[in-house]
Amino acid sequence: MLAWTIYISFLGVLVLMLLPSRSVRITRILALLTALAGFIVALNAFANQRTGELITITRVPWIPSLGIEYYLAADGISLTLVLLTGIVAIAGVLFSWNIDYRAKEFFAFYLALIGGVYGVFLSFDLLLLFIFYEIAIIPKYFLIAIWGSTRREYAAMKLALYSFIGSAMVLIGLIAVYVYAGATTMDLSRLAQYPLPVHFQMWAFPLVFIGFGILAGLWPFHTWAPTGHVAAPTAASMLLAGVVMKLGAYGCLRVAMMLFPHGLDPWGFHFLGFGSWRDVFALLALIGIVYGAMVALVQKDFKFVIGYSSVSHMGFVLLGLMTLQQIGLNGAVLQMFSHGILAGLLFAVVGRMVYDRTHTRDLSELETMHLGKVIPFAAATFVIAGMASIGLPGFSGFVAELQILIGAWRANPSFAILAGLGIVIGIAYTWRAMQKAFFGSSAFTSSAATHSVPPITVPERIAAIFLIGVSVFVGLYPQILLQIIIPALHSPMFDGLWKGRGR
Amino acid sequence: MNTFTYQDLLQLVLPEVIVVVTTLLVLALDLMFLRGSEKPLRTSIGAIISVLGCAAAAVWILHTPQTTNVLDGMIVLNPLAQHIQIALLTISALTILTFIGSTFTEHISEYLALILLATVSMMFLVTTQNLLLLFLSLELLSLSLYILVAFNKRSARSAEAALKYFVFGGISAAFLLFGFSLLYGLANSTNLARIGNTIHESTLDPLLLVAIVMTIVGLGFKVAAAPFHFWAPDVYQGAPAPSAALIASGSKVAGFFILFQVLAIGFSGAEGGITRNDYGAGWVPVIAIVAVLSMILGNLVAILQTSVRRLLAYSAVAHAGYMLLGVLAHTDQSLSALLYYAITYALTVLGAFGVIAIAEEATGGDTLADFAGFSRRAPIPAFCMLIFMLSLAGIPPLAGFFGKFYLFSSVLSATLRLLGLLWLVVIAIAMSAVSLYYYLKVLKSIYVANPPADTSPISVPALRQIVLCLIALGVVVLGCAPNLLLHWL
Repeated sequence: MLAWTIYISFLGVLVLMLLPSRSVRITRILALLTALAGFIVALNAFANQRTGELITITRVPWIPSLGIEYYLAADGISLTLVLLTGIVAIAGVLFSWNIDYRAKEFFAFYLALIGGVYGVFLSFDLLLLFIFYEIAIIPKYFLIAIWGSTRREYAAMKLALYSFIGSAMVLIGLIAVYVYAGATTMDLSRLAQYPLPVHFQMWAFPLVFIGFGILAGLWPFHTWAPTGHVAAPTAASMLLAGVVMKLGAYGCLRVAMMLFPHGLDPWGFHFLGFGSWRDVFALLALIGIVYGAMVALVQKDFKFVIGYSSVSHMGFVLLGLMTLQQIGLNGAVLQMFSHGILAGLLFAVVGRMVYDRTHTRDLSELETMHLGKVIPFAAATFVIAGMASIGLPGFSGFVAELQILIGAWRANPSFAILAGLGIVIGIAYTWRAMQKAFFGSSAFTSSAATHSVPPITVPERIAAIFLIGVSVFVGLYPQILLQIIIPALHSPMFDGLWKGRGR
Repeated sequence: MNTFTYQDLLQLVLPEVIVVVTTLLVLALDLMFLRGSEKPLRTSIGAIISVLGCAAAAVWILHTPQTTNVLDGMIVLNPLAQHIQIALLTISALTILTFIGSTFTEHISEYLALILLATVSMMFLVTTQNLLLLFLSLELLSLSLYILVAFNKRSARSAEAALKYFVFGGISAAFLLFGFSLLYGLANSTNLARIGNTIHESTLDPLLLVAIVMTIVGLGFKVAAAPFHFWAPDVYQGAPAPSAALIASGSKVAGFFILFQVLAIGFSGAEGGITRNDYGAGWVPVIAIVAVLSMILGNLVAILQTSVRRLLAYSAVAHAGYMLLGVLAHTDQSLSALLYYAITYALTVLGAFGVIAIAEEATGGDTLADFAGFSRRAPIPAFCMLIFMLSLAGIPPLAGFFGKFYLFSSVLSATLRLLGLLWLVVIAIAMSAVSLYYYLKVLKSIYVANPPADTSPISVPALRQIVLCLIALGVVVLGCAPNLLLHWL
């Protein structure tokens, strides 16, 4: 049943392409219905899944001579992220209600991207996972290049090339592990149990981890993210920050760490103070957290602030993975969910509610507009989303980051201290952006009074309240996700990861 | 050798005979009865007869599966070679279908006849393991292609391209013949299998090394591998679209098949090696050099191109580099991967040239700027081009991706756990990441750029759109269900 999330999305693409009508309204409604149907299917599966174990959805031979299967399955981690995709997809359509230019193509690319993302989260055949992963690249390019803003063609090409270079690295690792394990299967759980020698894992792990990490905003390969987010149209930046970056983090966990757990073992020697790949990537994640936050603090462009904050928050996910502690990994998966919701919301406020009305994202110009009074709904949404994203208790971000910090403390207290520094800077840049954008100084009251902008529309309100609601619900009752994430992390597939925990 | 009658021979080469008869039929019908008719009618009738001829030959091959080796390797029939013949016939038929509606020539039947002759020579090429017949059919193929390139008499570019192609082709044929003569001297036979046996027993002779290099130069020209690719950009740019498509597709498939045969059978025992613990002189290191050079040069130079045809030419060099990896691995699996790659690549390029022809007729050029806003002017061909370009770049679920995956994994499997050829695969995958850039540039022009202000939608004949859609569908289906093709190879 869950497989229908993928099929519905691609069917939506097909219907939109073949639709003879030129009516934008029908296009939007069709897109919304498709996204809604995907979400309902995901929610239904979620409601029927209480244990988080691996459930097989479809498993048929695909290319028997090579041992490749069409194998879809879901465990707690996939299910959490599928649910996230469904939520962000709906919100994305609602926030693109004002797209008129080539709307049919816009929603076709949008749904193709969603379909690819669902596919990645549900594939348990490595080749299939990779195929869906790559399917998601191309729509991103067109969404940004055609409907984007600031330097869109440059940003789109940069994003596509970064993604493709990342996936080329993954492909090398994928072919190598496939051939090494006898070229008879691509089944992830079987490959995970194959005794790959440590020297093989030692080079394959960083290759695949960086390959996926590029898409997760791993510093210093994160530079596509801010430019891409800024150039993208609102719905696309919501998807980029909301789910596409999660594809990378999911790949790091599901492929790199699950297949090559010994890649995290100590090297047996020290180089510049690093003793293992785990140290290296933990440090990169920490740099991402602090650096992203510091750069966000000095941006003039409102959207760049959110763009860099995404890099910072994704650093938490990667740090959580590198703690190799149960609680840290829980936090990482929960942070993926939480950041997906909140980044989507923040980008929606900046891109749709503010930029589409004021046609500027320059914080010093916004300062003079008194948007807090002009569009109070946007201001309120941003305040709530900002508070949630800096980790105010009661929102999903708090539970996630707290768990990551505890995990990091257990792994190495200095990690936790540095990450804590990142949170503090996070408060600073969020406050700064909030204050400048919505509650500017009252020196220019006369000019501000003349500023009239269209009011916030109903679809926007629905989507914003929907996203906030999800964040609050998960923040107050995180158990609803944790109860399926924790068993999933304890499945036999991750055995290799826990066995080496003594290191 | 037992006695062998002409009747037996005729039966073995009946598919080729069918195509030759079709050639004559097309010529005769057009020159005798249709002189006064309208051009579109002549084109359609000629094309239909040609396609029917190809189909008849293909059906005959399907119904008479044979495994024989007669006349000292002159004709070697086995299921694999027969399936390649069918693939070549399909490619030619599709080329002919994209020719319908072209306006560059008055001499329709001659053009069709030359395509069919090229097809016959390719069919002979893949069913022979004898140096003599091999060279002969290669020459017949080249001669037909030279004329096909020059066919647009109104274009100076076409003539220039043909001359370049001819000069390069002549020189490389000389190299090839010289290499073959050395081989004959060494082995005292023109049968590839026997040559292989003789070489296997002897030590590595300097003369043999010269023969290896000469042969690779000669055949490297045919498959447009660097550094023997200099003719390709000019020919791709100057030739009429169907001719360029045939050179890029059918002749590539046949060329790679025969390159594999000559090297893997004829030079077996002189492989040499390039893996960590097995270095040695032979043809594998030579191919490795050519492959690496092709992949790097083809991809990097393609970035600089503004003409889509030249871009495709350099990308063809790059693809030749990937395919050479399959030759280099020389296992059964890598042959099957190579052929899958070559056939799907041929299909894709064929379609791409079909779209280019449409764009050229509408805008008069093939530069990236001429494609601006093409998706708004001709949505269906533009969408087909999207599929072709993405397939060439290796984006799943299109055939180009599975081709790359299968090819690279079969190359890596050739040395099993040693992963000895990993470095070549790494170069190939890294370079295919580079290639996305220039394919996306084409798509950017088509989908992102706005059309010039005073343009109207392009009206494209329905038949052309149908052919293009069929090819695009083939690329998608073969990518989603590679088994359909794999179990034939």
